[in-house]
Amino acid sequence: MNVIRFILQNHAQVLELTLEHLWLVALSTAFAIFIGVPLGILIAQRPKLNKPVLASANIIQTIPSLALFGFLLPVPWLGERSDRLAILALTLYALLPIIRNTFTGIRGVDAAVVEAGRGMGLTESQLLFQVELPLAMSVILSGVRVAVVISVGLATIAAAIGAGGLGEFIFRGLAMVDDRVILAGAIPAAILALLADLGVGWLERRLRPQ
Amino acid sequence: MTTGPVIEFRAVSYRVDQTQVLSGLTLQVEQGEMLVLLGRSGSGKTTTLKLVNRLVTPTSGEVRVNGESNAQGDVIRLRRHIGYVIQDVGLFPHFTVGKNIGLVPKIEGWSPDRIRARVQELLQLVGLAPELGSRYPHQLSGGQRQRVGVARALAADPEILLMDEPFGALDPLTRDELQREFFSLQQRLHKTVVFVTHDLREALRLGSRIALMEAGKLVTVLGPQEFLKSADPWASAYVRAFGNGRDAVANRGTS
Repeated sequence: MNVIRFILQNHAQVLELTLEHLWLVALSTAFAIFIGVPLGILIAQRPKLNKPVLASANIIQTIPSLALFGFLLPVPWLGERSDRLAILALTLYALLPIIRNTFTGIRGVDAAVVEAGRGMGLTESQLLFQVELPLAMSVILSGVRVAVVISVGLATIAAAIGAGGLGEFIFRGLAMVDDRVILAGAIPAAILALLADLGVGWLERRLRPQ
Repeated sequence: MTTGPVIEFRAVSYRVDQTQVLSGLTLQVEQGEMLVLLGRSGSGKTTTLKLVNRLVTPTSGEVRVNGESNAQGDVIRLRRHIGYVIQDVGLFPHFTVGKNIGLVPKIEGWSPDRIRARVQELLQLVGLAPELGSRYPHQLSGGQRQRVGVARALAADPEILLMDEPFGALDPLTRDELQREFFSLQQRLHKTVVFVTHDLREALRLGSRIALMEAGKLVTVLGPQEFLKSADPWASAYVRAFGNGRDAVANRGTS
């Protein structure tokens, strides 16, 4: 197995690029959660906003990733460092599943439960944090799960603008027409995606309401 | 404490878009009575109930609770002092029974010991075994869930109880049992209760007075005995339909 030998020979670099990759995905997912969850809550409470917000997130999703990296390149501050650029682009892509699932999850909470809570005298924030969010949590997390898996794949393209990550092997391998080098990037990326999927899936099941 | 009515509707109308849901409702609910709002779907009885805890705000007129307009003051405080029970119960599925019952006391800042004692007291009051406190709502039967709903509404010892077809979704035997128990509970607690139902039998059984509603208007308010003898066309229509139900077997196949 040539690939395994190649990976073992270059294990230090594989590890370094895997960590870089993980860093890009983790940071962008964290940003996407910080932005997407509040936005999802907002549009669940203000139905007028849901169409424009979801449509914008949808449009972002349709921009080809390589093009998005290109669009963002001339932006000041962002364009100075390619990892900033990559994190922003990945954050934008991760937004849609997170916003949409937060919205769906909160809207899906049994109306009788919300009405009972409101009738009992829960304030809107108590209703949100003690009732709606906990009950929507597993749906929100399944959005995060989709976002993470998409990000792991997309982050390989970040190497095209020099942001590092496992994509470096892939692009290098393509240039050298060397399968071993391509797979040295692709295999760890696939493993990362699987592990992230399993990890968030486990969390999702644990937080599922009874 | 005021000696006037506990709840008073003064010329209340409510309209959503072009639909007149309630028009010119004037009604008083006295301390310690169980007033039943009887009417069919869409007659405005649930809306009337929700006016009391301000889940619905009137388009015109006012609702007074304990002599004060409920439009003034803090809506959260108002609701915490009014128990609310709905047909779908609406128990929090991610909380245990005990936590469901103890939620209002908890957010009102009671000590954990006092909450625990109160939960035990309430479980006993509504006829549930103490160990049910640690179960989750999905582990209970429909009847048990509705008992928990009543216990939760009583948690902070509110003076007023609003009940929206609380026994409507239960099987006839369980419903019968809960009606009987709730009636005797009320004999002890003397809450001021507003009870919504479309079931005349339930209204006659529980109500100290029956307020009959039709198409957003209050038709008449009568005691249970008077209701049966009433010459009011709507009231007698109810009594007739009720009698027909009773004679259903005898009248099988006739039109």
